[in-house]
Amino acid sequence: MATLESTVAAPEAPASSRRKGGIIEYCRRHPSVAIGASVLCAVIIMALIAPLIAGDPLRINPINRLKPPSAEFWFGTDFLGRDIYARTIYGARISLAVGFAVAIISTLIGLVIGMVAGYLRWVDAIVMRIMDGLMAIPGVLLAIALIALAGASLTNVIIAIAIPEIPRVVRLVRSVVLQIRELPYVEAAVSVGSPTWKILTRHILPNTIAPLIVQATFVCASAVVVEAILSFLGAGTPPETPSWGNVMAEGRSYFQFASWIIFFPGLFLAVTVLAVNMLGDGLRDSLDPKIARRM
Amino acid sequence: MYGYILRRLLATIPVMAVVAIVVFLLLHLTPGDPAAIIAGDYARPEDIARIRANLGLDQPLHIQFFSWVGNVLRGDLGTSIFSNLPVTKLIGQRLEPTVALSISTIIFAIIVAIPIGVIAAWRAGSWLDRCVMGFAVLGFSVPVFVVGYVLMYIFSLKLGWFPVQGYKPISEGFGPFLRSIALPTLALGIVYIALIARITRASVLEVLTEDYIRTAKAKGLGNTGLLLQHALRNSAVPIVTIIGIGIALLIGGVVVTESVFNIPGLGRLTIDAVLRRDYPIIQGVILVFSGVYVFVNLLIDILYTLLDPRIRY
Repeated sequence: MATLESTVAAPEAPASSRRKGGIIEYCRRHPSVAIGASVLCAVIIMALIAPLIAGDPLRINPINRLKPPSAEFWFGTDFLGRDIYARTIYGARISLAVGFAVAIISTLIGLVIGMVAGYLRWVDAIVMRIMDGLMAIPGVLLAIALIALAGASLTNVIIAIAIPEIPRVVRLVRSVVLQIRELPYVEAAVSVGSPTWKILTRHILPNTIAPLIVQATFVCASAVVVEAILSFLGAGTPPETPSWGNVMAEGRSYFQFASWIIFFPGLFLAVTVLAVNMLGDGLRDSLDPKIARRM
Repeated sequence: MYGYILRRLLATIPVMAVVAIVVFLLLHLTPGDPAAIIAGDYARPEDIARIRANLGLDQPLHIQFFSWVGNVLRGDLGTSIFSNLPVTKLIGQRLEPTVALSISTIIFAIIVAIPIGVIAAWRAGSWLDRCVMGFAVLGFSVPVFVVGYVLMYIFSLKLGWFPVQGYKPISEGFGPFLRSIALPTLALGIVYIALIARITRASVLEVLTEDYIRTAKAKGLGNTGLLLQHALRNSAVPIVTIIGIGIALLIGGVVVTESVFNIPGLGRLTIDAVLRRDYPIIQGVILVFSGVYVFVNLLIDILYTLLDPRIRY
């Protein structure tokens, strides 16, 4: 049975307190959200307008092989004379596409499985055993194996990275559902005969949104890293695609005398992931302090 | 307590069963004929037929599964398609560098992370705390191969303190061995340090608000005693838990770090196997790594009862 204490603790952080001071006040109080969001926006814009700010990332120019950074080639060139600046700018497209797609896919699938598992007791035991098993397999290895078999393509990379992320989302959603389903208003809904799907969507779903948004940003950050790792290891996006991981992989053999091939994409990768993580950290603190304990 | 240990042991069975099913099905869920995938793009039909018969792929699925599980339980992980050697033998050959790197990383991470986590909690809100937390977010965001190359650039190429790449086994002397794994340990350790320091700070901070801490302070206990005897001891459970969960992160990181530093360990074995589509090796390595992860977390769960006598099962 729910106690008075849990009834008091249950409602979401009131939205009004967030809107009181307007967006400037919010950013002042949560600087990591402001910094993370601005850097992320900058990277998104950079990816969108890539054709306007950079040349052709695939143009081979053998005369200018392995040139260090200069006024002509800001980030230098690789072993085929391709412009690292253009390849880095275009690489943002792959990383962001993978990051967002994985975040959306794994959050949605995890949400559905988590809600069903949390609410229906008989499904719970089976589903959670499967999730425990999936979580025991190191995510990077599972993704590598999936791509090794399914073949390297952007879609396969997204699926392969999303699958190991799902169990974490399921666990989070389930823990919220287990807590909410004991509350008086859910019991009231059950007692007046609301159908299960309605209880799940009307009463339980809204409570999962805040922790899910936070989790989605962390999944996005991790997906960007894993994509880069897979491409770097040669088991990611097809080698002809200029993704950050691929550009770095091509620079491996030349690292000792042409380190710029690895440094610039690495820098962009690190800054992007840092921005997304800062955004997630800040959102976690600002949306609901209770979430912090659950993650 | 023995009942708890037994129950915890039994609970690993369904987990390992799911791992086994996933690892087995990986080969069968992917589109296309597994034998053709393994054989590669230039295989002749008779090669594909040979591989199919070799792997028993012409048998019904459930029979394949049970004979595979039976072999695994007997310690037979199959035969490499490329080198025709037993997978267990290949794994055995590559075990030392991976185990050495993992253990040195865990030790290094614990030695660094717990003190800085405790200090951050003790001085919560200060610039010191902010630095530690900033480092934790940063350490979590910079991918291990980026850290690896930056370290290699500074310490190997510019300063020349460490070898650029490669691995020296312990049998060739402890000094060269340490020098060869110093940078990989540092690179791999950063994520792990970030993870452990963060949890240490959070759980010590929570313990520091407890009444018994105030009592200890009131009776005049010094800061060192307070932090070590009371705060750290009582926040041990979440810290040890995260060390266990972090093993998954470490395993992923080992694979990448070995590639960056050219260390001939299990990670390199896996990547080479992936590039050659040597499926029994991939299956074997995933199974071994998952087994290690499950086993370490089992040990940690049992360790709880020793760490925190308040926990009774």
